[in-house]
Parts: sequence; structure tokens; C-alpha cells
Amino acid sequence: MSTREEVLGRIRRAVEGAPEVPEAEIPRAYRTEVPCDDLAGLLAERVADYRAIVHVVPSARVAATLAGLVEGKRIAVPDGLPAEWAGPVSQAAATVLADPARDELDTVDAVLTGCAVAVAVTGTIVLDAGPGQGRRELTLVPDHHLCVVRAGQIVAGVPEAIARLSPDSPLTWISGPSATSDIELDRVEGVHGPRTLEVVIAV
Amino acid sequence: MSERATGAPAPRALPAEEGGGGRASVTFIGMPRSFRENAAEAVRNDQLGRNLRKATHTIRGKRARVVEELPDWAELREAGRAIKDHTLRHLDRYLLQLEEAVTRAGGHVHWAADAAEANRIVTGLVQATGESDVVKVKSMATQEIGLNEHLAAHGVTAYETDLAELIVQLGDDWPSHILVPAIHRNRAEIRRIFRDRMASWGRPAPEGLSDEPAALAEAARLHLRERFLSSKVAISGANFMVAETGTMVVVESEGNGRMCLTLPETLISVVGIEKVLPTWRDLEVFLQLLPRSSTGERMNPYTSMWTGAVEGQEFHLVLLDNGRTGVLADEVGRQALRCIRCSACLNVCPVYERAGGHAYGSVYPGPIGAILTPQLRGMGSELDNSLPYASSLCGACLEVCPVAIDIPEVLVELRARARHPRSERAAMRAAGWLLGDQARLARAQRLATRLRRLVPRRLPGPGSAWTDTRDLPEIPEESFRDWWKRS
Repeated sequence: MSTREEVLGRIRRAVEGAPEVPEAEIPRAYRTEVPCDDLAGLLAERVADYRAIVHVVPSARVAATLAGLVEGKRIAVPDGLPAEWAGPVSQAAATVLADPARDELDTVDAVLTGCAVAVAVTGTIVLDAGPGQGRRELTLVPDHHLCVVRAGQIVAGVPEAIARLSPDSPLTWISGPSATSDIELDRVEGVHGPRTLEVVIAV
Repeated sequence: MSERATGAPAPRALPAEEGGGGRASVTFIGMPRSFRENAAEAVRNDQLGRNLRKATHTIRGKRARVVEELPDWAELREAGRAIKDHTLRHLDRYLLQLEEAVTRAGGHVHWAADAAEANRIVTGLVQATGESDVVKVKSMATQEIGLNEHLAAHGVTAYETDLAELIVQLGDDWPSHILVPAIHRNRAEIRRIFRDRMASWGRPAPEGLSDEPAALAEAARLHLRERFLSSKVAISGANFMVAETGTMVVVESEGNGRMCLTLPETLISVVGIEKVLPTWRDLEVFLQLLPRSSTGERMNPYTSMWTGAVEGQEFHLVLLDNGRTGVLADEVGRQALRCIRCSACLNVCPVYERAGGHAYGSVYPGPIGAILTPQLRGMGSELDNSLPYASSLCGACLEVCPVAIDIPEVLVELRARARHPRSERAAMRAAGWLLGDQARLARAQRLATRLRRLVPRRLPGPGSAWTDTRDLPEIPEESFRDWWKRS
């Protein structure tokens, strides 16, 4: 008998006669929608709580804001970055590397991406490797991640985010810069992931 | 099993038993025999006591604040409990669905009945890549099966990458907490470990390293950076697996998880069979329950989700039983399999706070360890037999558990099955005899009142085992019965 059959057999014998918990009777009385008048404001507050840098700017000002932030720097960008950001950024930055290889990624000052969804209540941005976000390592190896969130991408709570996302592509949920509390529970921002997270929220 | 991997220290322990009955896991070697003896030693260690008190009280406060923020916490908890119970009742079905989904997405699924089989599978997969180094994401399951030691015995060095696990590995030490495994070490000790030991594992610690946490974290970043960028094989666990979609979920803080999950060409995840959830939607419950219960944050810094083989990676999932089906067969004890390893129960436990994690002699310390370890390993050893007594039954663990595991209920059940020390059995019998007859009880109480000055603090002989761990209550001048009759 294969191990698979053996384990499945043990499970079936173990639960024989155990009380049923029908799927339909799983109580889901928790909130699946959280009312919120100011999603961008709440997101900005909660992202800043993690000691990330937050800019809330009108949509029309995003490109100029990005240009100011990358000025004179060596920047990595993913394929598919919206043209209205890519143009001003490539003029302002010293160097722009499009979807660079790993060894080059380790030499940039920052990476600039968009995102798929942002969760206001938890201060989280989610990347799904889609256009303008890139392979997962693109936002991992550089020490500074600059991320643009559009107003329409913000949801209030975790259930709304799960409903919008698809598991078909790899997802990275990011809540603040990398951090550790492993030494005497003193929180230190910045271990292996980007030590600086900078979020531009377009309203 | 004891040959050395190049550059790495000798294995610290070997699986206590392998094969046979499908149960095998690591017992900490060098531990005295019972929880009581281990705890007594820990209580005498002042530094450990201060570190633990600070840690548990800090996380406890953070957890309380972020749980308070959610008006629907009770409903989330109830959903979490029911989802887990439903899944466990139909675990065969969901594991098959998971296997199919992972395979469809290009991953490979392996089944391991026990630690020995899981270790054999993983070692074989690593050897097939031709690599002799692997990077690891913090994983309880691989600690449970003693994977690092097994790999070392076969010439493969496993590098722990979580900061706390790195401290434990470099210090040739044992983890003492589920979430913060090096919580028993203070900054000065960590600095010394980094300074003395980093060089033999890779890049040495920077010159003039201070004991500031930020400097120590920076030293860990530098030490592991090149290894992350060049490693070809990674080994992880997982917090959740979604049957419906085949998705794996890993929550973490430092980015070492993302490094290991993203950069290597081959990824091997070793996951207990109880970690499966039926649907994608179920994550909306657990991604709220886990971070708030665990680190006391609204969300942990990084959560990675992937389905099968992604971005050109080769992906292997090893599904681990190792005693879990035995727990599942237990009507009272099976609720322990709901556990999502948040460690909230450790942080509120008065016994854990004083005894520390090492006293439990298992990778699962604290209240959850006291019910999980004896069930996974059986109650054959003195240590495992004593674990159900590592509690005052105060109930704080049940109160904070995000999936409502009634730990006190399971403890009481396991106590009934434990072999009791002779003196304790004798005391229980005597208590039964006394309490069973009113007149006898009244006479005994009056006698005790008269003899109260003569009661020793410590019983001689076998009774000393009982009094050594307990302060005797003062015997009142008058028994309650006599006072009631008189007034």
C-alpha cells in the first residue's frame, strides 16, 4: 500500500463516527464589507503606522511626484508600467533598468511599481505580478520599494481584497517595510526585504 | 547519523524514534526528565525570567489592542473554529482536492507517514538537485521531524534564515517560543553568538558589532545576503494550503521568507496535513485571525501566496502525517489540530512565563505544546507524561485562542491518561476517602488546625516531588466548617 493510501486510510478511520460539521453551517457572521468614507485616508494612516513613507497626491500630480522621488537615482521598473508615469520617471532618474536580471537588481537604488489591490484597514498593498508590478524578486532585492496605489484599487477590509484577487498568479501582501522583533521584542525595520517602503496614494 | 556536514556543527539531536506507529519527532536531548525538573531549573534563571516576562507582556498588550479594534472578532473566531472542524472531518477529501490542484498547477505532491519518511523524501529531492546547501524559512514542521539534523547526516547543510532561528542555529541552541524562538536570549548574548559563530557558517560578523537590535539585524542581513542570491534550493513550511485552488500561504516579517520562496530554482514545502483549508475564501478569516493573534499587528509585513510551480520554479509539497492522524482519532484531543501556531496561548500562560519554552522539551512549547506534544509523540516518556501537568488550568489560553481550542479540557483528559506519580496517586486516594465522609472531613480539618505549626514545608521521600513544586497553603486557625457552626 502506498503511503498516500495509508494516510488517507488512517484519516478515514480516525473521523469515522465523528460529528458532522456541514459546510453550509459554517457561521460567517463576520463583516465581509467594512463601511468606510475615506479609504485613501485610512490606508495612508495605517501604512504610516508601519513606519513606511506615505504621499497622498491628486491623480494629476502622481507623475510629477514620482519624478521628484526618483531624481538622479538608479531605478528598476517592471514591464507594463503605465506610460504616464514611465515617461517623467525616465527623464528624472539617472538610470532606468526595465525588468533587470537579478545581479543588476542588487545594484539599483529603488524599484518603482504599481499594485493590484490595497487594504485600508490593515495598511496592506498586494502585488499580483501583473503589468506594472513584475516578477516577485523585482520588489524584493532592491532596498527601497516605491509603490503607486490608485484610488480605485483600495478596498476596506481583508474579505474584499480576497474577493478581488485571484490565486492564479503569485501574490505578495506587503504591510510596511521588512521588520523583525526577534531581539528582545524591539521592533527593527529592515532586515532582508526592502528597508524602505514608500507608497504614493493617488486620490 | 552523526557524521558532520562540512563547516556545520554536529547535529544537536536525532529523532527520538523513527518509523513504527507513524510517530517520530525530536525530543530535546540533554533535558532533565520531566517538565517539573526542567521548569524548576528555568525558574532559578533570573535573566531568562526577565526576558520572558518582558516579551510575553509586550506581545500580550499588542494583541489585546489590535483584537479590540475588530468589532467582529468573536464572529471571526467562531468561523475559524467551524472551518477547521469541518476540514478535519473531511480531511481525506480536502487533501485529495489539494493534491489535484497542486499537480494541475505544475507542482509535485509527496506523502510522508512519519518523520523518517519525510526526511528521506526531502533529502532525496535535495540530492537530486546536486546541491549540498539549502536555505530554510522558519518552519515548525521541519523542526518537529529533525530535518536539519537528517540533512547534515547526509552531507547537506541547512541554513536557517529567520533572525531568531539564525540565533538559535549559531548558538547551537533550542527554540523556546513558536513566534520568537530566541526570546530567551538578550542582546548581549546575541552579539556574542554572532561575533563568535557567524564566521564558521559564512560571512563573519562586522568588526566592532554593537548589541543594538538594529546593528544585529544588519549583521544578519549582511551574513545571509549573498547566500539568498546564490542558493538553488529552499525548504519551507506553510501556514495555510487551499484545497480548492492548490495555493500555499506563508506569513512572515523579515523578507527571508520571500527570499527563500522566490529566488531558488527548487522549492520544497513540508506541511502538516492539518494545515489545509477548503476554499480560497476561507483565507479572509485566517488572514485576520493569525497576524492579530500572533505578532499583535493588523497584518504581518509579508504574506506570500503561490499556486504550484511559478516563475519557472520547481515546486514540491511534502504532506506530513507524523502522528496527526492519531490525534485526529481522539474525540477530545482532535481539536488541537485546529491550531494555527499563533503562540497567543504561550504569551498569556503563567506557567510558560515562569518555566520558559525549553522546559517543554519540544518544538511546541506552552499550553498548545502541553496538549500537542504528548498526543503527537505518545505519553511513553517521563517528559511527555508530565506535560499535561504543565498548567494551572486557569483558562487564559482558551480565552485568547483564535480557533477556540479548549486547552484546559484536553489537559484534564490527558491527565486522566497519564501515569501519575505514586505520591500524587496516594494523595488523591486519601482526598477521596476524606471528602467522601462529612464526619471524617470535619475531624481531619480539626486535627490539621491543631497540628498546623508542625506541618513541614517539604514532604520527605516520594512526597517531596509534590511539595517541591508547590507552596503549601496556610492552614487556617479554624476550619470553615467550625467557623460556620460557631457563627
